[in-house]
Amino acid sequence: MSHLAPNAARQALRQCTRRLSTSQSSFATQLPRACIAAKGRRSYVSESSPKNATVNIESTIRQDQKAFLAETGIAPKDAQIPTTGHSGDTAMSPVAGILKQATVMDEGVRPIYLDMQATTPTDPRVLDAMLPFWTGLYGNPHSRTHAYGWETEKAVEQAREHIANLIGADAKEIIFTSGATESNNMSIKGVARFFKKGGKKNHIITCQTEHKCVLDSCRHLQDEGFEVTYLPVQTNGLIDMEALEKAIRPETALVSIMTVNNEVGVVQPIEEIGKLCRSKKIYFHTDAAQAVGKIPLDVNKMNVDLMSISGHKIYGPKGIGACYVRRRPRVRLDPIISGGGQERGLRSGTLAPPLIIGMGEAARLCKEEMEYDTKYISKLSKKLSSGLLAMEHTSLNGDSVQHYPGCVNVSFAYVEGESLLMALKDIALSSGSACTSASLEPSYVLRALGNSDESAHSSIRFGIGRFTTEAEVDYVLEAVKARVTFLRELSPLWELVQEGVDLNTIEWSQH
Amino acid sequence: MSQTTAFEVRSLYRSLLRQGRQFAAYNFREYAKRRTRDAFREHSTETDGRRVQELVQKGLKELQVLKRQTVVSQFFQLDRLVVEGGKTGKQKGNEGGIVRQKDQGWD
Repeated sequence: MSHLAPNAARQALRQCTRRLSTSQSSFATQLPRACIAAKGRRSYVSESSPKNATVNIESTIRQDQKAFLAETGIAPKDAQIPTTGHSGDTAMSPVAGILKQATVMDEGVRPIYLDMQATTPTDPRVLDAMLPFWTGLYGNPHSRTHAYGWETEKAVEQAREHIANLIGADAKEIIFTSGATESNNMSIKGVARFFKKGGKKNHIITCQTEHKCVLDSCRHLQDEGFEVTYLPVQTNGLIDMEALEKAIRPETALVSIMTVNNEVGVVQPIEEIGKLCRSKKIYFHTDAAQAVGKIPLDVNKMNVDLMSISGHKIYGPKGIGACYVRRRPRVRLDPIISGGGQERGLRSGTLAPPLIIGMGEAARLCKEEMEYDTKYISKLSKKLSSGLLAMEHTSLNGDSVQHYPGCVNVSFAYVEGESLLMALKDIALSSGSACTSASLEPSYVLRALGNSDESAHSSIRFGIGRFTTEAEVDYVLEAVKARVTFLRELSPLWELVQEGVDLNTIEWSQH
Repeated sequence: MSQTTAFEVRSLYRSLLRQGRQFAAYNFREYAKRRTRDAFREHSTETDGRRVQELVQKGLKELQVLKRQTVVSQFFQLDRLVVEGGKTGKQKGNEGGIVRQKDQGWD
């Protein structure tokens, strides 16, 4: 059965090279009639006039024009390629045309959302908490002179409490920012610049698989004269504790390691890193945007000094984040944004009460639903990953044990990741982090894991969340299986692999 | 203290399910159904009257949220997802009830 599809495809591709030849057919059908008329045979059909039988250049041209005009306005999808019966779409773009035949899209057109690492849908309960603050309760939480300010401030403080509860912190240690990127910038640049004033410590340790904003903040600090160590990771995505210990110097000011990786979903040993940093009296910052609300976190148990949290990764609104800054022992920061001295002077500027309250409600829900969600997401994740890995030549990226189940990153060998994403138009997926999805470069995280360029190119990240349904997972499994098989059938490399040729032994001719 | 009867609990369950069906967005609709069912199953063996009362209060609060949010959801209807059955995403007639969101950035 599987051989039918590629045969049809090849035939279609051959047909693409031929021209549509319907315009000639009208001339052909007229020819025998003219012959009959010339013979003068008796028939029920009245004889056609001789002028129709003679080939007149002018009328031929006109007829051709007519035939041409009749064909204008026919969309490729309405035209049919003779002999194959494929639609004209196949001739325009063979892959698109055939895939269209393969999928039934009548039931709806919006793709399934399976990119929960990029962002999550806003929970209706979160929106419900936010709406009053968009409409009637518009006070400035810093206004101490009237009731409008008081009511907003109360709600903001409650939200702060919810977020603090989620990570086991004290409400006073939560600083609201515009997002995890700002929190990361604030933490890294803030600590580094504060130490620079003292002039003693000028070394920062981070990791190669960190988010772009951490790496870029560090690069920025290098220009300011700091030394930065970018720790490599093992092939499973985890950092080597011994390598970290070796990298620590007496002048190290800060270690920044993310909790859950956004691309492969590995969970770093935060507790051990925290213990190590505490024993050496180094500040420890962790980017927990992907971890908060999804895995249990406790800043005191894990000895975290600074933590970045994002609102829109926990089913909250976009445009809001928080930064945990430890008070005891106190972490000193140089603020990036100066002004009215809100948020302990670390992040001035009027707070955004609706967003903060939304994030607070999201945090409360995450704490309440964590057990339930984890169980559900694990179930779906197991189903998805076992289904995908059951296909041949696929592999899971990242550690399979120290792993957040909601992020499944799979490599499909001998398939171009981007073309697979195009073929999977009905599923919203990404090959890596959203920030780098605009470029076709292979993911630097997968490269850091030691994957080859090809393997990094052919990787796709599946994100499962609270609102993903089982039917969606079934649909995705079926769709991915069909499209991957199809794309592989097109690939000459796949043919070689099927014949048992090791691709590494081939010497490609140089041009 | 008034005892919460099984009838009241069942009635709450039914109205939560009925209200949850009103979500225009497929994922929220399915989640409301699943969450309601699982929550009631989880606590089906609860015998402590006070605890039952507490849970019913929570359920009533959720029902209020559902009532508001399903209405909001219906204001902003989009095309249906590819997995959804039943009514198709194609527009019939000129009612304009569904906001077209065909453009996905490419194609």
